[in-house]
Amino acid sequence: MASYSTNEFKGGLKVMLDGDPCSILENEYVKPGKGQAFNRVRMKNLKTGRVWERTFKSGESLEGADVLDMEMDYLYTDGEFWHFMEPDTFEQHQADENTVGEAAKWLREQDRIFVTLYNGAPLAVTPPNHVELEITETDPGLKGDTAQGGTKPATLSTGAVVKVPLFLSVGEVIRVDTRTGEYLGRASK
Amino acid sequence: MSATELTGASTLNELLRFRAGLLAKIREFFALRGLMEVEVPVIGPSAVSDPHIESLALILGGKYYYLQSSPESFIKRLLAQGCDSLYYLGKAFRCEEQGARHNPEFTMLEWYRLGYSDTELMQEVDEFFKSLRPELSAERFSYAQLFETWVGLNPHTATAEQLCQVARQLLAVTWTDMDKNFWLDLLFSHLVEPKLQALTIVYDFPLSQAALAKKGADVLGRDVAKRFEVFWQGIELANAYWELTDADEMYRRFTEDNKKRESMNKSNIKLDKKLLRAHQDGLPECAGIALGVDRLAMCLLGSKNIRDVMPFPLELD
Repeated sequence: MASYSTNEFKGGLKVMLDGDPCSILENEYVKPGKGQAFNRVRMKNLKTGRVWERTFKSGESLEGADVLDMEMDYLYTDGEFWHFMEPDTFEQHQADENTVGEAAKWLREQDRIFVTLYNGAPLAVTPPNHVELEITETDPGLKGDTAQGGTKPATLSTGAVVKVPLFLSVGEVIRVDTRTGEYLGRASK
Repeated sequence: MSATELTGASTLNELLRFRAGLLAKIREFFALRGLMEVEVPVIGPSAVSDPHIESLALILGGKYYYLQSSPESFIKRLLAQGCDSLYYLGKAFRCEEQGARHNPEFTMLEWYRLGYSDTELMQEVDEFFKSLRPELSAERFSYAQLFETWVGLNPHTATAEQLCQVARQLLAVTWTDMDKNFWLDLLFSHLVEPKLQALTIVYDFPLSQAALAKKGADVLGRDVAKRFEVFWQGIELANAYWELTDADEMYRRFTEDNKKRESMNKSNIKLDKKLLRAHQDGLPECAGIALGVDRLAMCLLGSKNIRDVMPFPLELD
């Protein structure tokens, strides 16, 4: 892998730090007028999801990480592994529970999602920011309660539980923000 | 957010108008005090030897020239030839400096006062800021006061090892074997500068950071560099010296700079003979200050990025 110097650090660049692949979030150049220049770098450890802040001497470099974000189709889960396929080559990848993590509850078969590959193997799975899913379980809808703003839990077809307005009922399809788990509205049909 | 949004101005034209107004105010400040504006070249045959400043090189007629990182050398030559107190307001250039507070090409205000000490220049700096914003008043702290408060060590007496230990504790860095100045720079820039939100003058620097300032003693009788810096909103705005006039000392510091450059694997700098000659002929006692005008604009507008206050920041491809 190529190595990258601090002046090439940009948001999104993937580098190795302490043996883990990281994605650079922010790179701040700090230089006293008459002194040593530094780069304060915020980066996300792609294995743990933790955000690190590190200071480098300007000009220091880090090895690039063989990390690739790829669009893939989610196929199915056999309970132990989740299976994905590259749409162009039909090459299949499998990811375990650790790798899929929270994303599992947003995955619907045949949906196009992002898989982060590290050295060719899945490292993380990212669902689309917004998904449309059907409500499979919730308390009965309350007529005429559209304006009150109360909420109730609803289980979706993928197993995710989100808070929805009281007037929604089983069978309706809603839009959800997967980053926050928030209900956004009824899906447009 | 762009600076224009912050001023309630919404167009590039408003930014231009703001900058034009700022330049006019600066010139008015000096006109009222009888300082003349001078134009000096931005292209010169010599580069500054400061190990942490890289000049941009260009080739003219097969010879190397440098875009000046500051008008200092030319101005000192003028002063040595008997010119009055003066100022420069124009472009300066520094290689490899790019970020939220750095642009390789920037606007520099540099002024020199014959017969002034650093303390007298601090007074004038205060008046300069008042001329821009009457309610501004600079707080003054010595480098040691601030360092002791925020780092917990005396910067004059602490050893490189002690500084290293604190840095490793507080900043999660892993370097070893760096020199004392390295640790001072790291700790001051990371732990002190962000605290200097109010307009602040920091004076009496450690002797190892004298650059081209005179040596002197502080109120406790410790050897210090008679140098001060101005900070506002956590941003370093200006750097000032009670100027070193001694030619032998100037030559010694130049040689030290080159040694330091060698240890950093940087190229050697040719001696600026005309600047050395100016010191030999007799540079009059004076104090000088360099102030970044783009950063001043950032502070006045409350902007966080220098690119927001420049109509044409370096164009990146």
